[in-house]
Amino acid sequence: MKKRIMKILFTLGLLGMVLAACGSENSGDTSDGNGDTIDIGVNMELSGAVASYGQSDTEGIELAVEEINEDGGIDGKQIKVIKVDNKSDAAEATNAAIKLTSQDKVTAIIGAATSGNTVAQAQIANDTETVLLSPSGTSPNVTIKDDGTLNEFVFRTSYIDPFQGTVAANFAIDELGIKNAAILADNASDYAKGLGTAFKETFEAAGGTIVKEEAYVAKDTDFRSILTSIQSADPEFIFIPGYYEEVGIIVKQAREIGIDVPLMGADGWDSPTLVKLAGAEALNNTFITNHYSSEDPDETIQNFVTKYKEKYNGESPDAFNALGYDSVYLLADAIERAGSTDSTAIKDALAETKDIKLVSGVVTIDKDHNPIKSATILEYVDGNQVFKTKINP
Amino acid sequence: MEWLQQLFNGISLGSIYALIALGYTMVYGIIKLINFAHGEVFMIGSFTGFYAIAFWGLGFFPALILSMAVCAVFGVLIERVAYKRLRDSTRIAALITAIGVSLLIQYVVIYIRGAQPEAYPNVLPNRSFDVFGVQISSQSLLILVVSVVLMIVLQFIVHRTKIGKAMRAVSYDPDAAKLMGINVNNTISATFAIGSALAGAAGVIFGVYYTKIDPLMGVIPGLKAFIAAVLGGIGIIPGAVIGGFVLGIVETVVSALGFSLWRDAAAFIILILILIFRPSGIFGKNSKEKV
Repeated sequence: MKKRIMKILFTLGLLGMVLAACGSENSGDTSDGNGDTIDIGVNMELSGAVASYGQSDTEGIELAVEEINEDGGIDGKQIKVIKVDNKSDAAEATNAAIKLTSQDKVTAIIGAATSGNTVAQAQIANDTETVLLSPSGTSPNVTIKDDGTLNEFVFRTSYIDPFQGTVAANFAIDELGIKNAAILADNASDYAKGLGTAFKETFEAAGGTIVKEEAYVAKDTDFRSILTSIQSADPEFIFIPGYYEEVGIIVKQAREIGIDVPLMGADGWDSPTLVKLAGAEALNNTFITNHYSSEDPDETIQNFVTKYKEKYNGESPDAFNALGYDSVYLLADAIERAGSTDSTAIKDALAETKDIKLVSGVVTIDKDHNPIKSATILEYVDGNQVFKTKINP
Repeated sequence: MEWLQQLFNGISLGSIYALIALGYTMVYGIIKLINFAHGEVFMIGSFTGFYAIAFWGLGFFPALILSMAVCAVFGVLIERVAYKRLRDSTRIAALITAIGVSLLIQYVVIYIRGAQPEAYPNVLPNRSFDVFGVQISSQSLLILVVSVVLMIVLQFIVHRTKIGKAMRAVSYDPDAAKLMGINVNNTISATFAIGSALAGAAGVIFGVYYTKIDPLMGVIPGLKAFIAAVLGGIGIIPGAVIGGFVLGIVETVVSALGFSLWRDAAAFIILILILIFRPSGIFGKNSKEKV
């Protein structure tokens, strides 16, 4: 009796394997460009610690794919999205990339939302010659390997971290007319140090003086003594790259001891918690750089905002939504110019991208596979982010 | 003027250390236990104040008093549940229990409400005014006054009341105190209650002054207050106050000199130096036994 059951199970198993093989063969056919769809893998943090980033990116991606397909697709071919959840985990991200490249044989992968999970896929992308495009991985080492060589098949839609420091310096000098600035950076994060260094270099190159450079440790709560010594150097402007948990307290304490000069940070400030910690009043006369603003009057942006609100119950799109959306258009443009779904052709076309108008700015891809584009400056007015201006690199 | 401002910053920081250090030193003085859960009592006090202000709409002073009351009960509860049965066991057993209690409270709070930080609501009007070129915010001034008043009240309780006398007696010699008819258990509970109430007050003051609170907020201030207590001579009440202020000012000066990243290190270097050269602290009498 037992033997019989085993036999049946074995037969069923074999049958299943045959069917599975057929299935993958089929999908293999379509991605070779013979079929009528272009398969794009989406490897995102749909659950886990940073799920909100991955979900936001994915919402933007889905909106863009829907639009392109309604307009007749790319060269008459519809885009088919294959979503995989990497659970905000680097090992899972690698597994997902293996699945997408070997089983689904996708033309390109969009993902992941964070730098670490993108780096985890870079090797697979290079080995299988599949284009990998990260919408929002901002760390420089996404496209550049540790030994300084380029990840041939890896690209990104967002600008890199240090760029925001450069933009902040240009904004301080050109728009605010600042000559003396101070920097207060989170000592423990590469993000903050990168921004601080870039700010300093640009600011000094443009003839400004850094009168004081101070650092703090994350999780600290008392910044009064550091701020007092910054105050005694009498800067006209303080650049504070860091994350909202500390920055909120820094801004509050700075205003308390009488520092009323403009304060500026980057996208690490962008959280409702910042307003709660610092208080709306203390945040007046502070600025941040960010990828985009939904209040920007630019036509492309307003179009995107309207469409997004239609699809997602009137919610206002954030920077991740915009970057996900832009990633699809960036890729679609490259596939169109490449004229085929051949990976190497797409890669070359993507690397040659020039002046394409996207929601998060006019993008040109540089030799390090990073986009050159403008950054948006937002000002806090009574606790609300207000669109201030756009700064070109 | 920068130095005057820095001095003021240091005194404000020091007053919070001093309030927490008082609890450490009182408990040590009476049962020779370093109550590492004291930082968590401080955290509970801070959250009690937060919920009282944010959800029940209480003002600063009602919230302060409520939080002190809750912490007093909480402190006694910790003593009755965890420490009382260990009173006759080795000191290391009690110390390890204290560390266990500390971790238990931290993670129960995280389990209940999550680890995300909370922003303290603005309950005190905050206006800065200029005194000899020093920017003093009304908030920090009030906080300083509240801390000093609490310390004076404590001094009064310890030296002018019956329970204070009992506390001093138990601290001096528990067996003799017992023979004289002093209820040692109640006295120890009272010590925990008073020390914890001060930590609760420090929690509310910390929240108002520094805005951000979270379930692990008690760890670093707790350790700093411990250093302050050792610096002043653990078990000696005025020592804890002076130790707190000295530590606050030293940390501020280190930051002001441009070594802001060395601030925490400076505090612990003080602890090491004190333990090597003067283990009984600034106010302590040198006795070999204590080492």
